[in-house]
Amino acid sequence: MIRHIPALALLAALAALPFALGQNPYLLNALITTGIVTIAAMSLNLLLGFTGQLSLGHIAFFGIGAYVSALTSLGFDVELVGGVRVVHEPWPPVVGFLLAVLATAACGYLVGRLSFRVRGAYFVIVTISFAEVVRLVALNWVELTQGPLALTGIPPFSLGLPGLGTTTLRTKLQNYYLVLVVGTLCYALIARLVASRFGRAMRGLKENESLALSVGINATRTLTVAAVISAAMAGAAGSLYAHYLRIIDPDVFLFSTTVTMVIMVVGGGKGTLLGPIVGGLIFGLLPVALRPVMVPEAQWMVFGLVLIAIQFVMPKGIVPGVARLVTRRRASAATAPRIPMEVRP
Amino acid sequence: MSDTPILSIEHVGVRFGGLVAIADLHFDVHAGEIVSLIGPNGAGKTTAFNVMTGFLKPSQGQVRFRGTSLQGLQPHEIVRLGLGRTFQRTSVFPDDTVFDNVMIGLHRQGRARVLDTLLGRDRAGEARLRERARDLLDWVGLSGRAGEKAGALAYGEQRLVGVALALATEPAMLLLDEPVSGMNASETQVFVRLIRSIRDRGITLLLVEHDMPMVMEISDRIVVLNYGRLIAEGPPAAIRADPAVIEAYLGHSSAALHQDGAGRTAATETIDA
Amino acid sequence: MPEFLQHLLNTLILGGTYALLGIGLTLIFGIMNVVNFTHGALYTVGAYVMYIAVTALGLSFFAALPTAILGGLLLGAILDLVLLRPLRGADMDTTMLVMIGAGIVLQSGTLWLFGGVAKSIPTPFPDAPLQLGPVSVSWLRLFVLGAALVLIGLTYGLINRTRLGLAMRATFQDHDTASLMGVNVRLIYTATFALGSSLAAAAGALLGPVYVVFPQMGGMAELKAFAIVILGGLGNITGAAIGGFILALAEELGAGYISSGYRDAMGFLIIIAVLVFKPTGLFAKAERIG
Repeated sequence: MIRHIPALALLAALAALPFALGQNPYLLNALITTGIVTIAAMSLNLLLGFTGQLSLGHIAFFGIGAYVSALTSLGFDVELVGGVRVVHEPWPPVVGFLLAVLATAACGYLVGRLSFRVRGAYFVIVTISFAEVVRLVALNWVELTQGPLALTGIPPFSLGLPGLGTTTLRTKLQNYYLVLVVGTLCYALIARLVASRFGRAMRGLKENESLALSVGINATRTLTVAAVISAAMAGAAGSLYAHYLRIIDPDVFLFSTTVTMVIMVVGGGKGTLLGPIVGGLIFGLLPVALRPVMVPEAQWMVFGLVLIAIQFVMPKGIVPGVARLVTRRRASAATAPRIPMEVRP
Repeated sequence: MSDTPILSIEHVGVRFGGLVAIADLHFDVHAGEIVSLIGPNGAGKTTAFNVMTGFLKPSQGQVRFRGTSLQGLQPHEIVRLGLGRTFQRTSVFPDDTVFDNVMIGLHRQGRARVLDTLLGRDRAGEARLRERARDLLDWVGLSGRAGEKAGALAYGEQRLVGVALALATEPAMLLLDEPVSGMNASETQVFVRLIRSIRDRGITLLLVEHDMPMVMEISDRIVVLNYGRLIAEGPPAAIRADPAVIEAYLGHSSAALHQDGAGRTAATETIDA
Repeated sequence: MPEFLQHLLNTLILGGTYALLGIGLTLIFGIMNVVNFTHGALYTVGAYVMYIAVTALGLSFFAALPTAILGGLLLGAILDLVLLRPLRGADMDTTMLVMIGAGIVLQSGTLWLFGGVAKSIPTPFPDAPLQLGPVSVSWLRLFVLGAALVLIGLTYGLINRTRLGLAMRATFQDHDTASLMGVNVRLIYTATFALGSSLAAAAGALLGPVYVVFPQMGGMAELKAFAIVILGGLGNITGAAIGGFILALAEELGAGYISSGYRDAMGFLIIIAVLVFKPTGLFAKAERIG
């Protein structure tokens, strides 16, 4: 329980934050979108940080989640190849959320199976290509997605319990807490996963694959499960995005958002639990801080330079870097140096 | 010892393009034995191990373990049948502690499904695993190192972690790939005792080794490879005197083969070269 | 039929420049094992250097081309010396992320300097296309095809007939052995990155005048270069050259007979298909024993 204190403290701080900021709508908006992208970053960390597979197409899951959720709640009417007409009536956004999670989980399954055949740099390229194909489909299948004209008027979430009535989440404050709740659940999920037998299997595969295989770890199954959970979480984040912004266009698939997520994970500390959150807060809010002083192009240049600098200065990320500084200071305060033990007969 | 061998290598051949790594390898190991696979460098010993454990597909022939053919099986499926192995290099998960290394190794013994994990239902199972991990570390003599990062350990101790990992899979038979290479005399003796204790628990052993005195001391039988072919097979005394074996090691001191295990001569070093 | 021939002709022209892109990337990817996320930015830089050389510096079109190539060469060398050399030996993730960062800096920098409005590069060729029987081709595109073929030929010559090329091929096969044989591997890496970058810049300089020049043009180009490299197999120059033409053909036919919106998707679909069915590429030779 003690080791959860930093996370709990952070949670308490985040819960109190809107009031500390005087419920400023501009800042709340920044926090909400940052929070959503951070959830996606946490899911990316599951693949990137814990299994070591660099998936640069993660935005595809996010975007698919957003579109599935939006289309489920808006309804659609398309004619498929062969003259088959598919009509869907609008369903409640919560159902959209569930379907988004299921759809992206299925996509994650495909990616997981693929990653067994293709590793390293090739895997990176396949994932980027997958995201690009999805983006082009979203852009060109205008009948379904409205293409660049965007899906608009997406209804916000309505949460309710039978007998207690329903609330529609229209205010920024409500959405902030929704994101915080979902984010906390995702964090808890990942934490539990990492501490389990499954988490050990992921670590084993990342650190020494042949050795992991030799103790009976099934690489395909482990990577596939990781990909499914990772994708589903990103899909959930996408759904939150769609119902908060209430407008979605193919730009949601831009490589630049993937880059932002990658910076959050790698900058914060891949393979750690708090890393993507710290990275998410810093790199998600950095543009907000820079906006008054720089044009977007210059902001991106700063991002690029920061990304480069991190690789040189703190390649493992901020959280491990800070942890190292803390242990180093504690170690220098320790007493006698350790005497190496001999191999006892 | 029973009549049906626990491990059968049946006319296994391995070709890499035009290169013949192993040609018609054919021998058995019986339950409870300690068999050593020896031969000059490049003779195909690690290749043979990789075939037996599913890391490499043979171009011909097959391997049978406890009567089951291993053809087409993945490494993790072979481990499930009870055949474990260690590796010559990188025998640990470097970024984890020794204890966590063994916990990873106990993967097969954990029965928790992912769903149970998410719902927190496997606490008792985890406690059992931790106890088993402590037992394994005791067995190999690494209890004092449990909290240290495996990657920071001395070479010999990393090997012990590797053995603990292989033992964690509860094998019926263990393949040890050059377990004492790079170790000094006292470390080697620690290992010899460990190997004997493993056999005493009923686990069959097949080793690849270059350390002749150790091989002569510990083996029930020795199989000799050269250029991918089996050139001799038998108890240590017979191998020592076998002319084909001596010739295979010609150019290195044949005196090495006549050592009694009391110590190593400089000659044995040349065989490692 | 004439429509098909027209597509074929377009394929040749586009394929030539794609081949340049692909060869440049496969050299870098193959010899240095670096996933070069700055390749697209170099393509863009090549196009912009061409633009500046012709409009601001008043150079002739035919002098601007070598200028752009030289610019790519220099920029590539600088990137390697500043970013890659200090990180030699780090894991692939680290180099990849540094390259992504550099790519972002270059692309955003271009956007910042020149603005997002697309520019066109004036050319000295007559506007009226040349009629070759049933097909027509503009003089500019003919020049592009010729220049691309010349550059491909020169690259071939460099790799296969010079000592530098021999050193590069040796480093590709086994860089430890190569360095034991006296090859200055550090120099080879820089030369490789510079060469590959100059080819990307050349592709941009050639295609810039054909279409328009804008800061994001490198993004697509980079992804297509990846497709070509995967098609042809890592480090395989002939494969990359053929791959360039195959991609161009797929795009032309896809755009012509399916839908022009999905033109760009062709490359990615090819990547996915190839990697799923034949991960080593269409032309890869037998795997080396590790």
